[in-house]
Amino acid sequence: MKKTILAFLMSMLPVLAMAAGGGMKNYAVDIDLNNKASLQNGAKLFVNYCLSCHSAQAMRYNRMAKDLGMTEEQVKNNLIFTADYSKKPEGETNKVGSLMEVAMWTKDAKSWFGTKVPDLSVVARARGADWLYTYLTTFYIDESRPFGVNNQRFPSVGMPHVMWELEGLKKAVYKTEKGADGKDHKVITGFETVVPGKMSKVEFDSAMRDLVNYMVYMGEPALLVRKTMGVWVLLFLVIFFFVAYALKKEYWKDIH
Amino acid sequence: MDKLVAFLGWIDDRFPLTKMWKEHLSEYYAPKNFNFWYFFGSLALLVFVLQIVTGIVLTMYYKPDGETAFFSVEYIMRDVNWGWFIRYMHSTGASAFFLVVYLHMFRGMMYGSYKKPRELLWIIGVMIYLALMAEAFFGYLLPWGQMSFWGAQVIVNLFAAVPFGIGEPLSEWIRGDFVISDATLNRFFAFHVIALPFVLAALIVVHVIALHETGSNNPDGIEIKKNKGPDGIPLDGIPFHPYYTVKDIVGVVVFFIFFFAIVFFAPEMGGYFIEHPNFEQADPLKTPDHIAPVWYFTPFYAMLRAVPPMFGSQFPGVIVMGAAIVVLFFLPWIDRSPVKSIRYRGNCFKIALGVFVVSFVVLGWLGVQPSTPGKTILAQIFTALYFAYFVALWFIPKIEKTKPVPERLTS
Repeated sequence: MKKTILAFLMSMLPVLAMAAGGGMKNYAVDIDLNNKASLQNGAKLFVNYCLSCHSAQAMRYNRMAKDLGMTEEQVKNNLIFTADYSKKPEGETNKVGSLMEVAMWTKDAKSWFGTKVPDLSVVARARGADWLYTYLTTFYIDESRPFGVNNQRFPSVGMPHVMWELEGLKKAVYKTEKGADGKDHKVITGFETVVPGKMSKVEFDSAMRDLVNYMVYMGEPALLVRKTMGVWVLLFLVIFFFVAYALKKEYWKDIH
Repeated sequence: MDKLVAFLGWIDDRFPLTKMWKEHLSEYYAPKNFNFWYFFGSLALLVFVLQIVTGIVLTMYYKPDGETAFFSVEYIMRDVNWGWFIRYMHSTGASAFFLVVYLHMFRGMMYGSYKKPRELLWIIGVMIYLALMAEAFFGYLLPWGQMSFWGAQVIVNLFAAVPFGIGEPLSEWIRGDFVISDATLNRFFAFHVIALPFVLAALIVVHVIALHETGSNNPDGIEIKKNKGPDGIPLDGIPFHPYYTVKDIVGVVVFFIFFFAIVFFAPEMGGYFIEHPNFEQADPLKTPDHIAPVWYFTPFYAMLRAVPPMFGSQFPGVIVMGAAIVVLFFLPWIDRSPVKSIRYRGNCFKIALGVFVVSFVVLGWLGVQPSTPGKTILAQIFTALYFAYFVALWFIPKIEKTKPVPERLTS
């Protein structure tokens, strides 16, 4: 175990080197949690494209309905595609009060992707909105990868480009740069569309912004209320401060 | 009203209620010149109560189980009414507790509150600080995120660094397994919600009893009991209730303004109060890129990393880290100056204390950074400065020119 600590401490050095060298800047995404249309569009994209493989098992469909201004009927008819196999072998469509379980079996995921697929409930809080947006918009063709695509934000990621139909396929444009080690490195400078998708670049970027917006909401549904509530709490406390201070002054006026 | 007085008399015949009220509140005489720094004792008590109350509610919904712990926290955040509010109060409260306690301890060091006759009061305080660190450490595992898991892994491995073949079995005994696991989570839960809250509560009671025995120190470092009026009441003392109760209410409100600003607007505090990787479920097979403890442990973590392994063992680092806390127990006997307060001490003391505070803060900053050779050297320098304070404190009284301490409090 001594070695473990030693190894751990040693491991800190290359980690920093990697963080400094291999990183790219995230694209900034301007999300708006007050934009219900954007959140609803994001929810639609999420259940259609993400929920097939990823779960969001902390989130309930009816909570989403309520927070995003949809009726439970609307959600049931348009947004629930997953089934619950825990009760009947043939499955049963999830109810509106169900959690957003994944449509895929875990054992299948292991054989298809070689790993279990992470749950996305709070991924926006782990990674941040900008990271997610950058990740979703930087898939490019790379024949060396099992699914034919790679990602600039998350190199060698195991996930295929799920939304290629919408975005189309793009290839990376490289330039050669001298690295700190004096060797030449290929650096991605941009992308070039090879196969056009159903959406233009502007449309796709906007769709991804909606999706990230939804994922930020899903990471913390309380975000919709906590800041507005906080204003009132602080306002009360500031007023109470003056009352408390006046009380203190009154009591202390005979102390010199 | 008469009936109420009669009822109180009935109780007083059987339990010293009025006597205790007088001893600890209405006839406990505190110096009248308490300043800003004297809010943090009562605030520490407030945060303790807040942690207990929010903790009880969280315990009602939380599941101490490796399979379900992570999502039970998310369940609290979403499906429990006001669950997010309770949880953020508890997570912010942990950081607030340390902040308040650090300021409280700094006050003691500044005004010499650890000196005779308050040595025991100080020692009990350091014990509270130790218990608080244990409480925070056990609690941090419970959300079962990546930082919970790997942070606990690193800290428990410190015990494995103990030589003579004791370390390995010791760390296994602590974990109840070969790695941090469900067994560890369950026992840490038991420690966090039962054992340590009891220890803390008991120590806090003892701390307050000891304080009320010696009486409070003050920014002038003068014993107010030396100057008593004909009625036996210190001339510079005022009853704790109502004077300091109404004053502390103001302190509480100001504290709450900052506290709730964080709870409502920045509960993660940029990743310092709730670390971002902790939103990923614990995974024993996936080591995070960079493991950093929460900010309140980072000064000691920086010291641990600053000490190079000797004889292939990390144990010297563990010793240094432990010594940084143990040395506090001896503070009352290290500092032999007859003058208590910084107000009447010389410049060397002021500079030494300033350097000590700067090194603690810099070490705290270094502890969250991934270490580089340059930063390791910085950490070594500031670790040395941290300990240098205690060495300096031993010699300063011999060369220090102190100012005359007045007989009565200055206002």
